Amino acid sequence: MTTTATNNSLKPVQPQSGKKPSRPLWAIIGERALEALIRFCGISAIIFVLAIFIFVFKEAMPILFSGHFNIGEFLFSTKWYPTSMSNVRYGTFALTVGSLTVTALAMAIAVPFGLGAAIYISEFCGPRQKETLKVVIELLAAIPSVVWGFIGLTVISKFITAITGTPVGVNLLNGSIILGLMSVPIIVSIGEDALKAVPDSFREAGTAMGTTKWQLITRVLLPAAKNGLLAAVLLGVGRAVGETMAVLMATGHSVRIPHGIFDSVRTLTANIAAELGEAAAGSDHYRVLFLTGILLFAITFAVNLTADFVIRGVKRK
Amino acid sequence: MTTQQTTISVSDLRVSYGSKEVIHGISFDIFRNEIFSVIGPAQSGKTSLLRCLNRTIDFSPHARMSGTITVDGQNVGTMRNVFDLRRKIGMVAPLPVGLPLSIYDNVAFAPRCAGLTHKSDLDALVEKCLTQAALWEEVKDRLNSLGTALSGGQQQRLTIARALSHQPDILCLDEFSIAIDPVTTMRIEDVLQELKNEMTIILVTNLTQQARRLASRTMFLYNGDLVEVDTNEVIFSNTPAKRETYDYINGLFG
Repeated sequence: MTTTATNNSLKPVQPQSGKKPSRPLWAIIGERALEALIRFCGISAIIFVLAIFIFVFKEAMPILFSGHFNIGEFLFSTKWYPTSMSNVRYGTFALTVGSLTVTALAMAIAVPFGLGAAIYISEFCGPRQKETLKVVIELLAAIPSVVWGFIGLTVISKFITAITGTPVGVNLLNGSIILGLMSVPIIVSIGEDALKAVPDSFREAGTAMGTTKWQLITRVLLPAAKNGLLAAVLLGVGRAVGETMAVLMATGHSVRIPHGIFDSVRTLTANIAAELGEAAAGSDHYRVLFLTGILLFAITFAVNLTADFVIRGVKRK
Repeated sequence: MTTQQTTISVSDLRVSYGSKEVIHGISFDIFRNEIFSVIGPAQSGKTSLLRCLNRTIDFSPHARMSGTITVDGQNVGTMRNVFDLRRKIGMVAPLPVGLPLSIYDNVAFAPRCAGLTHKSDLDALVEKCLTQAALWEEVKDRLNSLGTALSGGQQQRLTIARALSHQPDILCLDEFSIAIDPVTTMRIEDVLQELKNEMTIILVTNLTQQARRLASRTMFLYNGDLVEVDTNEVIFSNTPAKRETYDYINGLFG
């Protein structure tokens, strides 16, 4: 707009032909098609979850109604003798406890390390160091879980026996260390994103009021990023609960309730992975393993749901 | 004027972001307990100047600052304890930055960081600051609700209350009235007139009339150059020293 513009420029533009401009047909159809495609992509997530759930449930269901199966024993008995000749027992309580203790101990290791690293990367280190660290941490996330299990089986178990003098190096502690190390990259990268999402104006406002770096982090950044940090921790938990191969190799694989961190345990996931290949399709053992899958499903669902409620509760406050 | 005590002294201040210099060597003094206003169009370096003052310019990775600023005789550029400096300066940004805390905690934030923990002291301080920012009456019943849930104008007054909360010697307001209605603006201007007795106020504003109403002296910055700094009687007269000043104030610019 220059000073030469007159009042004429304010009138609506009239098309030359006098006809209203219309979009070509291919654009209209193309847009519809694209919309349908994207809608399908969105809905597909629901379809997949439902399909998996139905499949697993269908495989497990016959045992539930077979009369000789007791759901209370399945959940709360520690006796797991699936291949016994005379006394077949399907009690998964020890496996559940195994999963939960390994996860809890792994988080006790991973959360301080992960959040600390996220804070360091986001707030303290220079740009070049930041790039290096992020690449290295992504590399850590890219290590296959079998390789982690291998390290647990050979390296960490030797360390544990050498340092503590316990007879068996593959145990609860070993599995937790491995799982912790596996969860750290997730916690770091998501936690760092959450801290990065805190607007710089918060940092400036906080600093302008004379906070020290430490006060800025604990009183401004952590409260501002708490939802993201919580999500980071819970995704770490999710990874730890669901991880199979590494814990199968590192925890020692014996079915019992652990009494200390040097006891061997077996987790729900490792149990399914180890036994499903040997169970005859359609047998009771096979169906109980699928039921274990549903139990696992329920546990992770409960974790996610709690997370959801916690985050909402935090928001409301 | 010569009897007044200098509290901030700026000499040959240059600021550049990368290779682009935005403040080209300006020098001026600010006296204790005056309202000093800075006017000038966009890109003239007003905000950068404030950010040099409390060293928040350190946060821009490519920013470089040269020249000297002294606050109460201390060199800002070389001082060790930046935190003390920042506690001495209250800063209000053009758009409100509500920390994700309750109204009470927003105001109590800085005093708590500085080590004030007594509940009754904090209560009194919060009430005083909110009253000074003309917000107390509106929020006194809901001090525990989130500060970010307030309206834009209320949030801005909350940041003013927060800037006052650590009882600064110097209060910097960067276009504080941009998000506030005229009536509230006038109320805050009245408050500023009172606060002048306790602290030095630097007022960056786009409203030349606001500078005229409030300040005792005004500085006109244009494209990073200091065009003129003088008392309001001179700046807003028909014969300021520079033709540009007259043109800018009377809207004849460009």
